[in-house]
Amino acid sequence: MIERIYLFKRFERFWHWSQAALALTLLITGFEVHGSYSLLGFGQAVSTHTTAAWLLVGLWIFAIFWHFTTGEWRQYIPSFDQLGAVIRHYSYGIFLGRPHPYRVVPERKHNPLQRLAYLGLKLAINPLIWASGIAYLFYAQWRDLAPAWLGLQEVAIAHTLGAFMMLVFLIAHVYFTTTGPTPLAHIKAMITGYEETH
Amino acid sequence: MIKNPSRAGGRLARHALLACLLLVALNAAAQTPAASDAAPARTEVKESTAEHGKFSQLKKPFKTGEEVTEACLSCHTEAARQVMATRHWTWDYVNPSTGQRLGKKTMLNSFCIADRSNEAFCNACHVGYGWKDDRFDFSSERNVDCLACHNTGQYAKIPGLAGHPAYQRMEYPPDSGKFVEAVDLPKVARRVGKTSRATCGACHFYGGGGDGVKHGDLDSSLKQPDRKLDVHMGVDGGNFTCATCHKTESHRIAGSRITPTASDPHRAILRGEKTDRNPASCQACHGDQPHQPGPGAGLLGSLTRGDRLNAHTRTLACQTCHIPAFARGGVPTKMFWDWSTAGTLDADGKPFQKKDEHGHVIFDSKKGDFRLGENVEPDYVWFDGRVDYTLKSDRIDPAHIVRINAFHGDAGEPDARIWPVKRFRGKQPYDLEHLTLLVPHTATPDDTALWFNYDWDRALAAGTAAAGQPFSGRFGFVETEMLWPITHMVAPGEQALGCVECHSRDGRLKAVSGVYLPGRDHSLLLDRAGFGLAGLALLGVLGHGTLRIFTRRKHKGHGND
Repeated sequence: MIERIYLFKRFERFWHWSQAALALTLLITGFEVHGSYSLLGFGQAVSTHTTAAWLLVGLWIFAIFWHFTTGEWRQYIPSFDQLGAVIRHYSYGIFLGRPHPYRVVPERKHNPLQRLAYLGLKLAINPLIWASGIAYLFYAQWRDLAPAWLGLQEVAIAHTLGAFMMLVFLIAHVYFTTTGPTPLAHIKAMITGYEETH
Repeated sequence: MIKNPSRAGGRLARHALLACLLLVALNAAAQTPAASDAAPARTEVKESTAEHGKFSQLKKPFKTGEEVTEACLSCHTEAARQVMATRHWTWDYVNPSTGQRLGKKTMLNSFCIADRSNEAFCNACHVGYGWKDDRFDFSSERNVDCLACHNTGQYAKIPGLAGHPAYQRMEYPPDSGKFVEAVDLPKVARRVGKTSRATCGACHFYGGGGDGVKHGDLDSSLKQPDRKLDVHMGVDGGNFTCATCHKTESHRIAGSRITPTASDPHRAILRGEKTDRNPASCQACHGDQPHQPGPGAGLLGSLTRGDRLNAHTRTLACQTCHIPAFARGGVPTKMFWDWSTAGTLDADGKPFQKKDEHGHVIFDSKKGDFRLGENVEPDYVWFDGRVDYTLKSDRIDPAHIVRINAFHGDAGEPDARIWPVKRFRGKQPYDLEHLTLLVPHTATPDDTALWFNYDWDRALAAGTAAAGQPFSGRFGFVETEMLWPITHMVAPGEQALGCVECHSRDGRLKAVSGVYLPGRDHSLLLDRAGFGLAGLALLGVLGHGTLRIFTRRKHKGHGND
């Protein structure tokens, strides 16, 4: 029997997809600023990157507000219950055609592995990118106050490190969207809000 | 998108300003209803209050330059004293920061090398009459040449005549078949005026022995430049004269490459402001934050292009972005001069020249081999304004390129900026035993000058004797390098360098160290680790996915839906 659960509310979907677009833009323009390739031209890459960054900051402010007012932040509290089962599923259960061990309900819509991954994103990768990015952007304003060991190079390296972590997250995240009942099931859920469970 | 906030801000400010002006104007109109009556009839008014052509002092049959000077001084009583206090007269200067004795009188360069023993020739560019050897009287006011800078045409000081123009038609050099026309001194004297690009350029465009040879950013194309060549001096631009920036008081001219202003982190100088700042710097007029800032002026404004460019002024000289190339006016500049081949004669024992496809001389028996450059992309170096020079008394190390001058300054120092320079290289004579650069006698016709005898031994013996320099008689040629700051030929804003010119792996600032330059610099280790990890992640998910596809087929019968 197919059951439809309303999992992702309208703001959440808006937030997710605009964040996805901005993150992708930031990765593409960011690695151009980094000098990895030439696409828009350095100046255009910088302005696009900066604009996208400020938009993302604005979006995050709304998202953080939303998470706390709706209590949705609880979705990211780590849980180790069934973590082993989920890891075992992705390690071999999935190849044997076994169903996913985790039962999704709106109050707990992320499996324990997702909870850990998203918490890591929100508590480690994002803050690293935020802090280093703002330091990068406002370098001219604080350079005179900085200790000798801290210059643009250190900031740039921290920011690049964050970018690589985000890139790896993105690769894994995009792949995991295909591991649902059908390859596009999870993506459909993130578009319509409804997840079909089996 | 980015530009909008700043433009909107600018528009707002302009509207506010306009409103204020309108109020002021209305106010003024209300208070002085008869103001419009006061407008005078338009007549042709001369800028100067004095028409020198009407002066009886100048209606004389002047025979020599000195006579003209005496006439000038009969009204401008202090002028000669003022000139005599400047380097234009003394050619002598002690650098306060290094204690080195500088000035053309003592310095060497890697072009015509030195003026000693060649005074009658070189000192055609001295603002005086008669400096042909060390007996010149530097205290005589009538020796000052007012016309050199204040003529308005048809006045030329002839190399070889020790600062004098030709008073009669003459063959010069003697027996050369070349004739110099006489100057009409009474006419030139009656038409004196302010300095111009042409009068300053008569010497400063021709340094190093010819048009554009020395500086790279100063040549005869700046007499009547368009704004694309120089936005300030362009006749269709600001039409500045040299003195517009090189603001002169009491004949003291501001701005010099000997004591340059490498950084000037201040706002624009206000009219009338008492200040020790150099009025010839870019910042003297434009300030050090010259790009239109965004709202919040730098704080919120890091969003905008203007603020980002303004932040660059901590690191770059204005010239670095705003002079994309030098020698842009069609006159090539010398980039390399090899004196070691000078003296080479043809099969018949005659001096000869070689020219390139544009007709520019690239070899001359008198001077050796040259390499020329047009539209030259500058080199870039950290520079804090301190320069020291290799003097003729300094020991050199011939195993390395000898730096005729060394620019000081390191990344991170508050006074240092990245500057564009012309890096001039060459080979010039040095003493194999004393290890000093040598002064050759080259230019005045006699039996020792290199350009008339093609004999280095005699030329160096005579030159070093005149320069008071020991000479062992054994000499070789050493490679030398000299840097010239690039500061003229400022292009219009839209031709300033784009970001990518420097912000790329292989950009213009490739060789400049001490600064993290986004787009150029990166941690190789982090890049390898980062892209490596991303690659592994990609391989991992592709492997996982492939395995799923294969196993899924196998289990399809069991019903996975």
